[in-house]
Amino acid sequence: MPFIAELIIAILLVISGVFGFVGSYGLIKLKDPLQRLHAPTKATTLGIGAVLIASMVYFVAKTGHVSVHELIITLFLFLTAPITANFIAKTYMARNLKVSDLPKSGTDYGWSVFSDPPKREPLD
Amino acid sequence: MLKRLVPHPLLSLTLILFWLALVNTLTLGHVILGTLFGIGIPMITAPYWPDRPKIRAPLKVAEYCLIVLWDIVVANVQVAMIILFRRNEDIRTQWIPVPLDLKSAEAITILAGTITMTPGTVSATLASDGSCVLVHCLHTDDPDAVRDEIKARYESRLKEIFQ
Repeated sequence: MPFIAELIIAILLVISGVFGFVGSYGLIKLKDPLQRLHAPTKATTLGIGAVLIASMVYFVAKTGHVSVHELIITLFLFLTAPITANFIAKTYMARNLKVSDLPKSGTDYGWSVFSDPPKREPLD
Repeated sequence: MLKRLVPHPLLSLTLILFWLALVNTLTLGHVILGTLFGIGIPMITAPYWPDRPKIRAPLKVAEYCLIVLWDIVVANVQVAMIILFRRNEDIRTQWIPVPLDLKSAEAITILAGTITMTPGTVSATLASDGSCVLVHCLHTDDPDAVRDEIKARYESRLKEIFQ
């Protein structure tokens, strides 16, 4: 494997290690659960992204074939991370917060965790 | 005839490319198998997307993806800085309601996902009529600026793409 490829892989792995660590540290350091939600949804995305890019560079340098599995992993990560974060946030709101803890929605309807959606015309 | 065979060309194309990426090889056999999936799956799932959104500006989609990718990198660094170098007492966490001009469910979903992945914000919930999204911001001194940035940077682009 050429030196330059090893260098790039090494740098990417260090970056991913740093961000993975910061994300995990954020989980311990931050105080309230919704703040903690920010650490894994963001700080770790770049960590995992760097590992995946390192993996792609490794396989190109080692075998000469481009591996695209990493791109799919990235795509799934970007699709699932916001949904997980949203579910955790909603669960937390439903269990620990009252409507008065949140700002007004500015419309006739409240936030969907606490109030019903507008009535629809029944389908027939 | 062609319209009945491929009711959703974009989904079919995505499925073929996805299959090729999953098997990680490019051979004729897998292209054919992928094409079978690309035709079969949209046929079976057609009842679940009765009014699919139209993508008006494909180039804008690419632009949007690049902007979001860049913002994700920036977001990671910013959040890491806040975690590492800011004392907990100095972190001012705020709720920010962001009124939406977007109407279609797909566009709102993409916007909410983008908000979660980018600088210091997580989209927590929608107003129950879908006209406002509640954003949880890790640290900001100026909630109005965050709201305006979300609207200008992401929502206006999504509006061009979907409406």
